[in-house]
Amino acid sequence: MGPLPFLLPFAELEVGQHLYWQLGNLRLHGQVFMTSWIVIGALLALVIVGTRKMERDPRGVQNLLEFLWDYIRDLARTQIGEKAYRDWMPFIGTLFLFIFVSNWGGALVPWRLIKLPSGELGAPTADINTTVALALLVSLSYFYAGLSRKGLRYFEYYVHPTPIMLPFKIVEDFTKPLSLSFRLFGNILADELVVAVLVFLVPLVLPVPVMFLGLFTSAIQALIFATLAAYYIGEAVEEHH
Amino acid sequence: MTSLLLFGATEGGLFDFDATLPLMAVQVVLLTFILNSLFFRPVGKVVEERESFVTSSRAEAKQKLAEVEKLESDLRNQLKAARQAAQKLINDAEEDSDKLYREALALATAEANASREQARKEIDSQREAAMNQLKADAAQIGDLIVERLLAAK
Repeated sequence: MGPLPFLLPFAELEVGQHLYWQLGNLRLHGQVFMTSWIVIGALLALVIVGTRKMERDPRGVQNLLEFLWDYIRDLARTQIGEKAYRDWMPFIGTLFLFIFVSNWGGALVPWRLIKLPSGELGAPTADINTTVALALLVSLSYFYAGLSRKGLRYFEYYVHPTPIMLPFKIVEDFTKPLSLSFRLFGNILADELVVAVLVFLVPLVLPVPVMFLGLFTSAIQALIFATLAAYYIGEAVEEHH
Repeated sequence: MTSLLLFGATEGGLFDFDATLPLMAVQVVLLTFILNSLFFRPVGKVVEERESFVTSSRAEAKQKLAEVEKLESDLRNQLKAARQAAQKLINDAEEDSDKLYREALALATAEANASREQARKEIDSQREAAMNQLKADAAQIGDLIVERLLAAK
């Protein structure tokens, strides 16, 4: 990378390098887990602080938590429908909060100050393993939601409204997790790369608007992921007439 | 930047799938359950309790307002009735006093008329009596004059 990285400790660019942890004969991406634990810890800390002393007249962090709860309820209710949204609200909400905090954590926390032997810390959602895990969970959830609510009648959905739809619906089951995971992964990784490249080229002023754009993208991506997950579940539990 | 070329390489790369995937999934599922019991359920309980509290207090307030309005209209009606009763009382009293006055006036007028009539009658009868007396006296005097004249002849 030339002599520049020595002058600019934030500007190093490493893609596709990981800090490997060996667990038995399993290999893990250590940096992903480290940041995900920080994200989960931050979420739990926020939740515990906010729910410690809840009152009818909300105060302090409880306001924020209630705002989030309301937001997630609206999201789940509009996508899943009045009947089933209560069961799936925690899942949708967890997806949204985890992705949102991961994305913003990746964009806001100066991880590069912490040196790792290999790879670098960043948003857990910039790793394909995380996004595929989340997308597969969504796939499992909507299958489970449909099957548990409608039993085998769930498969009527595949020939609805006509049997011609069958191959498309089957293909959809594969494209849904694929698009979910790659959309999130691509956006977050691209955002990190753009910021890193800009910081590498022009270390002052110019990256700032791109960073704001990155924050915007990060929030939007969390919203899109949660909305689509809720929409897929809603589609699976919807009753056809 | 050479690491960008590591797509799909066995070691590292952007699409390096390994045990991170299932463990991350397990982690997220666990997080879902933890957040459900620490966040979604308690906050949902508080929010829904508040929503029902607001709804019930609003209904209560509405009911109280209706009650107040009803009481107000009752009072207004009562006031109106009382005013009417008072007005009627005044009118009655006025009428009564008017009647009494008229009666008394009529009585007095009648009495006055009667006594005047009586006085006139008395006067008439006395005059008549006096006239008769005068007539009788005149006839007597006439007779006397005639007698005297006759006697003087």
